Amino acid sequence: MPEAVSHKVQGMLGDFPTPEALLDAIHALRAKGYSRLDALTPFPVHGMEEALGENPSRLGYIVAAAGLAGAAAALLLQWWTGAVAYPLVIGGKPPFAFEFSIPITFELTVLFSAFAAVLGLLVLNGLPELYHPVMNASRFAGATDDRFLLVVDAADPAFHLEHTAELLRALGSEHTEVFEG
Amino acid sequence: MADLAIRPQDMQQELNPPLVTGGLSYRDITEKVSGICESKTPRSWYIAIGVTGSLTAVLGLMLAYLVANGIGVWGNNSPVGWAWDITNFVFWIGIGHAGTLISAILFLFRQRWRTSINRAAEAMTLFAVACAGIFPLFHVGRPWRAYWLFPVPNTDLNMWQNFRSPLLWDVFAVSTYATVSALFWYVGLLPDLATLRDRARSKLRQWVFGFLSLGWRGSARHWKHYEAAYLILAGLSTPLVLSVHTIVSFDFAVSVIPGWHTTIFPPYFVAGAIFSGFAMVITLMVIARQVLRLENLITLKHLDNMCKIILATGSIVGYSYAVEFFTAFFSGNPYERFTFLNRATGPYAWAVWTMFTCNVFAPQLFWFKKIRTSVPAMFAISIVVNIGMWFERFVIIVTSLHRDYLPASWGYFRPTVVDVLTFTGSIGLFLTLFLLFARFLPIIAVSEVKSVLHAQNAGH
Repeated sequence: MPEAVSHKVQGMLGDFPTPEALLDAIHALRAKGYSRLDALTPFPVHGMEEALGENPSRLGYIVAAAGLAGAAAALLLQWWTGAVAYPLVIGGKPPFAFEFSIPITFELTVLFSAFAAVLGLLVLNGLPELYHPVMNASRFAGATDDRFLLVVDAADPAFHLEHTAELLRALGSEHTEVFEG
Repeated sequence: MADLAIRPQDMQQELNPPLVTGGLSYRDITEKVSGICESKTPRSWYIAIGVTGSLTAVLGLMLAYLVANGIGVWGNNSPVGWAWDITNFVFWIGIGHAGTLISAILFLFRQRWRTSINRAAEAMTLFAVACAGIFPLFHVGRPWRAYWLFPVPNTDLNMWQNFRSPLLWDVFAVSTYATVSALFWYVGLLPDLATLRDRARSKLRQWVFGFLSLGWRGSARHWKHYEAAYLILAGLSTPLVLSVHTIVSFDFAVSVIPGWHTTIFPPYFVAGAIFSGFAMVITLMVIARQVLRLENLITLKHLDNMCKIILATGSIVGYSYAVEFFTAFFSGNPYERFTFLNRATGPYAWAVWTMFTCNVFAPQLFWFKKIRTSVPAMFAISIVVNIGMWFERFVIIVTSLHRDYLPASWGYFRPTVVDVLTFTGSIGLFLTLFLLFARFLPIIAVSEVKSVLHAQNAGH
């Protein structure tokens, strides 16, 4: 959507050939006081979370809550339909018992948890987000291929059009560009 | 590290021999895998889908014929009320299990060799489960009433489901399995869909992959939650896949029919499912590897490892057969004894010995490395195992039913033409879906293979 691009500098992008070079650059920038950094990589790079000072993902808590909700929903469903709403005597079995409730309780626990994991992944990442200013950068496509990109947000207090670019080049960026949007 | 005391292979046992061969770079992997779905459709693909599509059409015709006439068009009749339909259901569901084993269980065990085959194996799971679902859905006789299987408030059934029945557990198990497998598969696809988006030249591809990839950028924050989600989904799918075939086996084991009422069924069914599933993965991947020239990504090491799993699970299956017979004799129960004696020597002995030959004896050839690394040999054995596992389900279902307690209710099941064509048609549907997948989506998990390549290059 090039026509929608406003000409406001959103950030700067450095293009590195290896994940190791990218990690070193991030460590160096953070040592210089940069705080609003991001990395775009074709696969997850170990040590990236620590390098960027990210907290561990909280997805597990969301999933655990959803799993408990699934188990509760399954037990409630089987108890209410079998013992309250429409009790039927079949094979002399009790209208409700934990024993025969286990399979469906397990399945619904897994089902709710899986939906929570996927929806949680999308929500925590702000996806779907079909447009992002960094997509305007000429080298953006490298991030899903074989390049390791470092993104400095223009809102970073340490951001400076010339100094940041020089710094990135000094750290081994093979191409440095400003992206707008 | 010139010190001889530390041999490099001690550190890289798992990556030696390497999992990505031919000196490929990250770019080469992107090109190779994306190139498959970006290149001009080859003529052979049209021919293949012409054949499988025709078979799928046969499936559609047979199902329409069944709905119009009732399930009497199948050979099922008293005393054999479950026959090819349930055999086919268990057969297809079992095939799916290898995909989940590869994507979830091998992931938890950090088996990096899974990365080249997990995408295709997961796709196979989805298609196999779709084929499986058709059979019970149409066996109910009135598929338009299938919502009666779910606790959906309605005004025509006016009562609730019987949650004490293993058949209802099965409905929940299979539908959960299909849903979770689809979610897991899609999450795995996200980064690769973004790769296709960024490479797209035509407007249509940009739109389709732009939409499907949801705006994935490979940002560090994306990956952080992605890795958490992937681990959680693998952790959920592992007990799920074990539960699915366990519950399928409950359909039989919870009944009181001799030959079905056996406590060994859950582990025996799960092992059989993985066994048959890996055989199908080998059948499909050997062809895909050859046709799409993927030898550097799906190496002989991958195939060798899969053969080893077939050997292990095939041996478990053989052991289970033996335990079943032993238990029948040791139980002292005359009906159990009769059922198993009848199984081995009665009118269906030909099916039982086909099963033994295909499932117990044939995979033992995989003890030999020569056979584990010979592509034609493993392809042949994988087909044999596929056939054997179909017979296993046929044997369990039909031989246990065909001679009831009273000799007055003895019979011999014969399939009808509709039975045969419906099953053949389901194979057509399975292959059609796989061909569509192989044509339009990345058949190998690009981002995961790059991650393996990185580890391989870094030497850890």
